[in-house]
Amino acid sequence: MKYIDEYRNKELIRIISDKIRSVLTKQISIMEICGGQTHTILKYNLEEFLPAKINLIHGPGCPVCVTPIDYIDKAIELSMKDDVILVSFGDMLRVPGSEKDLLSARANGGNVRMVYSPLDSVKIASENPDTKVVFFAVGFETTAPANARAVIEADRLGLINYYMLCSHMLVPPAIEALMSNNKVKLDGLLAAGHVCTVMGLREYELLSEKFKMPVVAMGFEPLDIMNAIYMVVNQIEENRFDVENQYSRTVTREGNAHAIEIINKVFTKEDREWRGIGVIKNSGLKLRNEYSKYDALLNFDFEKKETMVIGNCIAGEILQGLNKPAQCSSFGKECKPEHPLGAPMVSSEGACAAYFRYKRSKN
Amino acid sequence: MKTENENNINTGMSCPVPIRDYKQILMAHGGGGSLSHQLISELFVKVFDNPALNLQHDGAILDISSTKLAFTTDSYVINPIFFPGGDIGSLAVNGTVNDLSVCGAKPLFISAGFIIEEGFRIEELWKISLSMKQAADDAGVQIVTGDTKVVEKGKGDKIFINTAGIGIIDNDVNISPLNCKPGDVIIINGSIAEHGIAILSKREGFEFESEIVSDCCPLNGLVQNILTISKNIRTMRDATRGGVATVLNEIAMSSNLGIVIEENKIPVKDNVKSGCEILGFDPLYVANEGKVLIIVSTEDAEKVLQVMKNHPYGNDSAIIGNLVEENPGMVVMKTIVGTTRVVDMLSGEQLPRIC
Repeated sequence: MKYIDEYRNKELIRIISDKIRSVLTKQISIMEICGGQTHTILKYNLEEFLPAKINLIHGPGCPVCVTPIDYIDKAIELSMKDDVILVSFGDMLRVPGSEKDLLSARANGGNVRMVYSPLDSVKIASENPDTKVVFFAVGFETTAPANARAVIEADRLGLINYYMLCSHMLVPPAIEALMSNNKVKLDGLLAAGHVCTVMGLREYELLSEKFKMPVVAMGFEPLDIMNAIYMVVNQIEENRFDVENQYSRTVTREGNAHAIEIINKVFTKEDREWRGIGVIKNSGLKLRNEYSKYDALLNFDFEKKETMVIGNCIAGEILQGLNKPAQCSSFGKECKPEHPLGAPMVSSEGACAAYFRYKRSKN
Repeated sequence: MKTENENNINTGMSCPVPIRDYKQILMAHGGGGSLSHQLISELFVKVFDNPALNLQHDGAILDISSTKLAFTTDSYVINPIFFPGGDIGSLAVNGTVNDLSVCGAKPLFISAGFIIEEGFRIEELWKISLSMKQAADDAGVQIVTGDTKVVEKGKGDKIFINTAGIGIIDNDVNISPLNCKPGDVIIINGSIAEHGIAILSKREGFEFESEIVSDCCPLNGLVQNILTISKNIRTMRDATRGGVATVLNEIAMSSNLGIVIEENKIPVKDNVKSGCEILGFDPLYVANEGKVLIIVSTEDAEKVLQVMKNHPYGNDSAIIGNLVEENPGMVVMKTIVGTTRVVDMLSGEQLPRIC
């Protein structure tokens, strides 16, 4: 398949693997931020191509993994209301809240629907004028423009039954928080290519400068990942800390001006809790005041409930790169995709799910 | 105090499906993954307990006097009911024909049970019936008995069909995962994941450059051809829900052997591959309705492959891997980039990714 097969070329991967081995002289730790990239690494078992001196640390970039339990509980509560249709992405439906997930809520009679595009949630609202339609909007900068577009479309149609439960997260503040607390020792950072496609590279230039950190914006195919690792290894060996762009077929320094404009038009930053990590300053997006009539948090009454954290789950440490899934005592035992203790075991971008699916018990 | 009825149904058995997982039936219990597997193995098989069912093959192989029969049933609840390459009617016939075929049987008779939602259009029912008749004629089977129930509007989803089928097995045919040996070859009769993506794209209104058509077809002709030329067909499975990966895992577990497949040998059409890339799906787990996995001895593999390629439903047949002694019960794949990884069973259906 064009533009895919080229980036899965065995010979080129082998050449880059040799180059990495010839350049690298010391033990290093590199973090890939995005869960999609973690999955590529495990799906293609790319560690077979890397010298043992490279320790790949999996970052917090799994949108459903870091969605706060409180929001999932609220989504479940909304779905159980008689006059509400709760709409979200497929990945979100299996993530456990305090007591259950949205799929269980549906089995209990909750009205939960899965969509592929945020605009589909607007369509559902216009087709069901007598029902309140709440779109559970999660994700990073990648999904924010499309979700913003959904709000603008609902506004254009004059819908009075459309709401958004907004749990948007921003990547750079989380990276800054991880690096500031000094628990994870990193020599290089592989930035999520699709977040950079939207936002550009300037935010990463500030981070790189502040923490003297080599950064490479990285794509998602095996060759992208090998190439980006080679680029970051070169920076480390040459004692540079630049922001380089491996994913130049979609990422520009300025980002996507239209997408950024639409995000800024609809959303504004706020402090946000990251599941397993804690509250990070200015790391979330909420609807601006002009769009508050669409904000589910402001337009529904919620029960005051304590969120419950499940014991024996080290999801927080895994999301911060402090531990790897196989180091968790529950991994593959009490915690499996069928009955996950933590969100990283559920999502198609979660590190635990990737280890379970591709790496478990292979001799 | 218990009523008489309650006492009657209290057999002393407790529900064997672990309550800790889910208290209700979820969609994933019907998704063909490990939750489905758990439900079948731990509930139905334990409750119904009989030698034919316990083998958990695609159909029951019954030894009645001197004639070996295969008997199977399946229910069809698909949405949309009409899709590119077929409809719920052809699917219901071909599905049961194929379940019988992979038991090594020649399908003969089929039953059809319809559960129809009030208000369903008779014209559509007529179209579905014609399609069933056509599929039955193509496969050389007869629909000999049936049943119709109508449920209130809102209590069903247009139409559900159950088919059961009976076929006869020649005395020298012996299909069982227990026949598998290390070194045996795995052959598939063509490109995978077409049915699942065809259904999804129709249901969700995705448009690809060329329309993706379901592979729904009867496999009995192809299967009988290979049974005629080889006495070393160990086992066969049709790779429906859960896809090729799930069925390979089931073969690995029931034969207690390991399986090694090669990613670059598995046929996937470009438009299907594109659809999977966009949705974040792995084609190995996407449903097929006309794909059979054949396990055959090494020495017969080439001969069987050629016969398959000469059949209209097997033109793109390919050898995709082998059975091995190592890692019993596990499927390992040599990836397109030359590394190896585990190919596991999924817990439920694949859900599209967020970004």
